[in-house]
Amino acid sequence: MIEVDSIHKSFGEAHILKGVSTVFETGKTNLIIGQSGSGKTVFLKCLLGLFSPEEGSIIYDGQKYADLTSQEQRDLRQDMGMVFQGSALFDGMTVAGNVMFPLEMFTKLAKSEMEDRVDIVLKRVNLVDAHHKYPSEISGGMQKRVAIARAIVMNPQYLFCDEPNSGLDPRTAIVIDNLIKEITEEYDITTVINTHDMNSVMEIGEKILFLKDGLKEWEGTKNEIFKTDNKAVTDFVYSSELFKKVRQMYIEERN
Amino acid sequence: MKYLSDIGSYAIMVIEVFRKPTKWRIMKTLILKEIDELIYGSLGILIFISFFIGAVVAIQTAMNITNDLIPKNLVGFATRQSIILEFAPTFCSIIMAGKVGSFITSSIGTMRVTEQIDALEVMGINALNYLVFPKIIALLLYPFIIAIAMYVGIFGGWFAGVFGGFSTSADFIEGLKLDFIPFHVTYSFIKTLVFAFLLATIPSFHGFYMKGGALEVGKASTTSFVWTSVVIIIANYILTQLLLT
Repeated sequence: MIEVDSIHKSFGEAHILKGVSTVFETGKTNLIIGQSGSGKTVFLKCLLGLFSPEEGSIIYDGQKYADLTSQEQRDLRQDMGMVFQGSALFDGMTVAGNVMFPLEMFTKLAKSEMEDRVDIVLKRVNLVDAHHKYPSEISGGMQKRVAIARAIVMNPQYLFCDEPNSGLDPRTAIVIDNLIKEITEEYDITTVINTHDMNSVMEIGEKILFLKDGLKEWEGTKNEIFKTDNKAVTDFVYSSELFKKVRQMYIEERN
Repeated sequence: MKYLSDIGSYAIMVIEVFRKPTKWRIMKTLILKEIDELIYGSLGILIFISFFIGAVVAIQTAMNITNDLIPKNLVGFATRQSIILEFAPTFCSIIMAGKVGSFITSSIGTMRVTEQIDALEVMGINALNYLVFPKIIALLLYPFIIAIAMYVGIFGGWFAGVFGGFSTSADFIEGLKLDFIPFHVTYSFIKTLVFAFLLATIPSFHGFYMKGGALEVGKASTTSFVWTSVVIIIANYILTQLLLT
């Protein structure tokens, strides 16, 4: 579980996060949504420890990040897996090399044990024949799956995903969404996803946090998002005709 | 103010490079890879340039000897002094700022743009140690290729001097031995080691702290080349003042 208590973050004159508080529960897919410039990425980078908030605190299963020593912070980071928007795979390494990288850096496993572990996670993300290919030789969807495999290879407690569906076709996007949801439940981890994709919101949004201008505007579940009267949320989520109709049908069905 | 801030950031970066070292098992592979890319990969161009620079120095010296009182061995002497003192260590380092420096900035800059550096940091890895330290260690071998450049440069001078009819082989070799001061070679290697450090760290600084996209990677490579060259030239002056006067 990650507890965020009133965090503030500024860059020079720009006050990006203005006191955001929330709780991300373990075993659930937690989504952060909001318009571009609402502070989602900064918020995610604060959760990852890449940015230090000026005020407020972030508590990971009872451990307040700011109170940890730098060694403890590094140890905690090894419990975090991250799937970047562009996958961020290392160009000079093969798929297997990318997935094995955290194991080589942080464990004392024998080479054969590492290879077994890599096989298991690549199989888990449905990539069985790509071990020796380089990132430039595989599709965007496969790159995302490799990034997920790399993120989970160390059995993390926390999984963060920054727009995991960007640049993917709708069908592959659903596959990636479902994969993340399955892994979250299977490994019982705390997953936080930063997304623009409303399909993801409807599919896997067990908890949704809506940010607007650096503030928490709304939070709830995917079912609650159909019922909410919050204008900022409805304007954002139901901006397309398709989603307006879906919402209308949902309300009519309920009535 | 920006320059002062950049100098401060550069100094902090250099300190950070030596902290939280990466596992030796992984670092060893990275160092060997960098030796292959930065040192072995530069050998061809440096040999090519050195040969022709040596040749041109020999021809130009010979063309300027119009007085019969000036001994013919001056061609060998001037070629040796020019190559050992300046052309091999400094001129080659400027070439390397273009070749190796741009490569370092663009490769690290691309890693920044594609979030690969963020990925390293999220894993708790000291990205500066992982990326820059192997380059510094690899470039410790830089004096070896400069030694080859010296040899090839002088050979180029001999080749052009003798086969161009500007000097006899005996005169040229006599000139090479004339008033030879071994410390000049030491001075040259000291300079080379300092330039090697600058070649590894300044382009890394420009790549690591760049912001933006692909266009900015190109701009950072250009800026890196300019600044590496400027700092090498300033360092050359300071070291010459300190070591030769």
